[in-house]
Amino acid sequence: MISRAPLAWSVAGLLAAIALPWYALQEGLDSGAWLGGLWSSEDYASGLAQTIEHGKWWLAPVLVALVICLATALMQTRQRRGTLLLIASAAGLLLFAAQALGIGLRGWSTGWLTTVFGELDSRQVGLGAGGAVVMVALLSLLSIGLALRGGFGGDAFVAGAVTTVAASIVLFTAWPILRILIQAFQDGDGLLAPALLVERLATEKIWSLRCLAGGGRCGVAWNTLFLALGCGIGTTALGLAFALIVTRTSFGFKKTLRVLTVLPIVTPPFVIGLALILVFGRAGVVNQFLEWSMGIEPTRWIYGFQGVFLAQLFAFTPVAFLVLIGVVEGVSPTLEEASQTLRADRWATFTTVSLPLMRPGLANAFLVGFIESIADFGNPIVLGGDYGVLSTEIYFAVVGAQLDYGRAASLALLLLVFALGAFFLQRRVVGTGSYATISGKGDSGLPTPLPALARRAAAWVALPWAAFTLMLYGFAFVGGLVKVWGRDYTPTLDHYTKAFAVERTADGLLWTGAAWNSFWTTLKLAAIAAPLTAALGLIAAWLLVRQRFAGRSALEFATMLSFAVPGTVIGVAYVFAFNVPPIEITGTAMIIVLCFVFRNMPVGVRAGMAAMSQIDRSLDEASLTLRGRAPQTLVYVVLPLLRPAIVGALVYGFVRAVTTVSAVVFLVTAEYELATTYIILRVINGDYGLAIAYSCALIVLMLAVILLIQFAVGDRRLGRRAVALKGGRA
Amino acid sequence: MRLATISLGALVLALPLALPLAAPASAQGVVNVYCSVQVEWCTLAANEFQKASGIKVSMTQKGSGETIAQLKAEAQNPKGDVWFGGTGDPHLQAAEENLTEPYKSPKMADLHPWAVKQNTDSAGRTVGIYAGALGFGFNTELLAKKNVKAPACWADLLKPEFKGEIQMANPNSSGTAYVAIATLVQLMGEEKAFEYLKKMHANINAYTRSGTAPMKAVARGETMVSISFVHDGVTEALAGFPVKTATPCEGTGYEIGSMSLIKGARNLANAKKFYDWALTPDAQKLGAQAKQFQVPSNKATPLPPEAPKFADMKLIDYDQAKYGKSAERKRLIARWDSEVGALPKP
Repeated sequence: MISRAPLAWSVAGLLAAIALPWYALQEGLDSGAWLGGLWSSEDYASGLAQTIEHGKWWLAPVLVALVICLATALMQTRQRRGTLLLIASAAGLLLFAAQALGIGLRGWSTGWLTTVFGELDSRQVGLGAGGAVVMVALLSLLSIGLALRGGFGGDAFVAGAVTTVAASIVLFTAWPILRILIQAFQDGDGLLAPALLVERLATEKIWSLRCLAGGGRCGVAWNTLFLALGCGIGTTALGLAFALIVTRTSFGFKKTLRVLTVLPIVTPPFVIGLALILVFGRAGVVNQFLEWSMGIEPTRWIYGFQGVFLAQLFAFTPVAFLVLIGVVEGVSPTLEEASQTLRADRWATFTTVSLPLMRPGLANAFLVGFIESIADFGNPIVLGGDYGVLSTEIYFAVVGAQLDYGRAASLALLLLVFALGAFFLQRRVVGTGSYATISGKGDSGLPTPLPALARRAAAWVALPWAAFTLMLYGFAFVGGLVKVWGRDYTPTLDHYTKAFAVERTADGLLWTGAAWNSFWTTLKLAAIAAPLTAALGLIAAWLLVRQRFAGRSALEFATMLSFAVPGTVIGVAYVFAFNVPPIEITGTAMIIVLCFVFRNMPVGVRAGMAAMSQIDRSLDEASLTLRGRAPQTLVYVVLPLLRPAIVGALVYGFVRAVTTVSAVVFLVTAEYELATTYIILRVINGDYGLAIAYSCALIVLMLAVILLIQFAVGDRRLGRRAVALKGGRA
Repeated sequence: MRLATISLGALVLALPLALPLAAPASAQGVVNVYCSVQVEWCTLAANEFQKASGIKVSMTQKGSGETIAQLKAEAQNPKGDVWFGGTGDPHLQAAEENLTEPYKSPKMADLHPWAVKQNTDSAGRTVGIYAGALGFGFNTELLAKKNVKAPACWADLLKPEFKGEIQMANPNSSGTAYVAIATLVQLMGEEKAFEYLKKMHANINAYTRSGTAPMKAVARGETMVSISFVHDGVTEALAGFPVKTATPCEGTGYEIGSMSLIKGARNLANAKKFYDWALTPDAQKLGAQAKQFQVPSNKATPLPPEAPKFADMKLIDYDQAKYGKSAERKRLIARWDSEVGALPKP
């Protein structure tokens, strides 16, 4: 049975090499213009034609490797078939990669190749349909070969999934990031000069500490660190306060609190910054009122550290809350009761039992706050004034008057070091101690009420904060409904009409609003990206949790890589890596989709891993005993139990795709303009009304989509109950 | 079954790879324009050119800094054909780095001398399409409230009543701020100019990242005075904000908004058509229609009545060739960084 797969892939690869254009077409496949020139035209020729007719001799070995694979697949004996297949496909892939990387737009792509082989009087452009299918075929053959040799438990599906996930992560995460980071060690002409990194990083602008010694500005590295520490601590504290209020008090508006936690996640990145300006800016409501009532001079305090810090607190506290709520709920009442039986009072119980048990949650929440803060671009750009942080500094090193990619890359490296440092710190803090409080045994106790002091503190911090968040959103909403905020408060729908006007003409509806183009593109691309993100994330999670294979931890690290790298760096990295052959996709919709998918996949992986570890392995084993194979087990047993995780990954994939800005600034084109880049342009031009109107529309859209996804994937409560039930019995 | 499921696994990889096949637009009858003026102007220009020529315009609006970053990143494999608008320095820099293509348009004879000089300075690689003078923007309501006289000269900006009330952009990220520094250097000599900037630092409340931000801040009352291009002030005033502008009595510099053909353009013939068209009065009128009031480079283009007139200003003989060079630019910005930018906040 297994022999059909290698046969099919070899044939598919060879067909693609004969009947599809090898290189990318200027006008796209759907035009059909290539059909006529498949043999004769150098632009349209297939792989075979390129080799024979157009002097691309270096493609020949790849095609030969495919033919050998076909021959192997047709072999009668089973013996050594796996080995042969493995060798042939691996050699094919290697040769494929070598020619793709070695020969570019201007012949040999590096100097030493030219010196060794002499000038090459030929060139190649980006891979097209033919080349891509051949590559996928070779990869599949490789995984089948591995499985035939007994790798991955002899399961071709597992082998295929691992190769797919690994290859796509290498191509679309590791490769672009490495490419940009290497620039940190290169001078302007691309020569390696490691000393340059030191020179670039050891400057006053980055490390000066003069702001502490009174007067002067601190370096951007310190600015970033201070902000991230503040944000990490602040969001953790606030998130904890909210989590305690929701789980341990009889507070009446828990539902409202829950809704408040979703809002910032679906908010485009600069709305909070804008709302803060509308409220606290010099012409903002608060200052105007103070001046009018008490004659206090309006100030500009919102621009700088304070403003960015506030905005980040508003934006990221809900995330900390979401991380902490599970942990706070999970602390077993039994232990607290035991503590009280031992005559500890409520306060002692809280500080010595409950809080330490929450340590992993607190560390996680801090980590998330820290990383979100250093990667944040929207808030510092709107509110930073002249308080520079690394993310804005990188942006301006690329687009500003300096145009220094080397500097941008070194700063990105620094940012990556900060992020990784936080990861390791978190691991150290959590340590190896046991925090397990949920076991198979029933928890019959009731959660201990909070000590009065903690309760009051939590309420005093959290409730004004919640009220404040509501107020900010209220103002932001109103800001889209008045003519010019701060000057002319006449209510108007102008901004909405300008953005979303639809005219009825003889030919039907005419979408004349300025925002429609970017709106539909965003919707379309996010809708393509979300399922891909979820699928890839969940497959990766399933592999990481359920399968044992060599290189598992390396794969796990690689999946997390793009999460730690700030968006601007990813964006520039994508332009660098994918503007030149072999993969030449800048200016297309695909590069934007890929950027969405690989940037947001880590969260899908995490969600999937968490959910998967709740499902008892014995269910998989039962399926296997009943002769279900890996794919059937995945489809019929694991996936139905994963509904909450699927919903989560889909929603997150979609929402992040709609709200992301820094990563896609360099990837958008006129044809594929996105909502967020359109909004930031309006903000830069000072057109706040339209920006806010558009953002409000996006928020409504995302809430609608979240509901739709929940509806489509199915009731998550039902899924959960099933999980709990089966987990309990096992 | 196995076959199907393996394909399923590979699909995740194959799907994105198959997607782009429906990608870039057809090579016939298209021109890709990178546009660095305001979005309204860009759209208007695209539509009008499309109407006039039948060539489809694919327009990407990005600031001039982002555009030259993109040109550099794409140098091996350019995706754009023409770069329309944006302050002149990045265009000169692109010319210097061989990112753009020399071209002498037949319309060259109809242009103002400063626009032609931009062309000769760059060995034909760029041309002026509009010019805008540097000056001050100020919020009349704030001035009245504080009972302060509007600034008329560079020297006025040092007065104590403007303490913490002036905004200018950071030259590290903004071309506007660089024009200001280069102007002062040419006006006063380098040493004196930096003395001046250091003194003015006490009155500055923020060096913003974007060049247009200070004028927006003036309009919304977030700051009293800005150092900006004066035509930006006209736009704000027309939008109903209490903004007025002035050009310094000692003399001032100006930017020359430029246009270049991108080296290796895939639609060079169409790009040249766009280039020639953009130099005609018909095309240059569009700026005013989009509420942008720079001085157009074609002598025959009618000057909108709201536009600041060059005749009323004292303009210095701005040396675009010298101060547009990246070495000079890097040096001046570095000096500003260490001597002015690093000063403690007043």
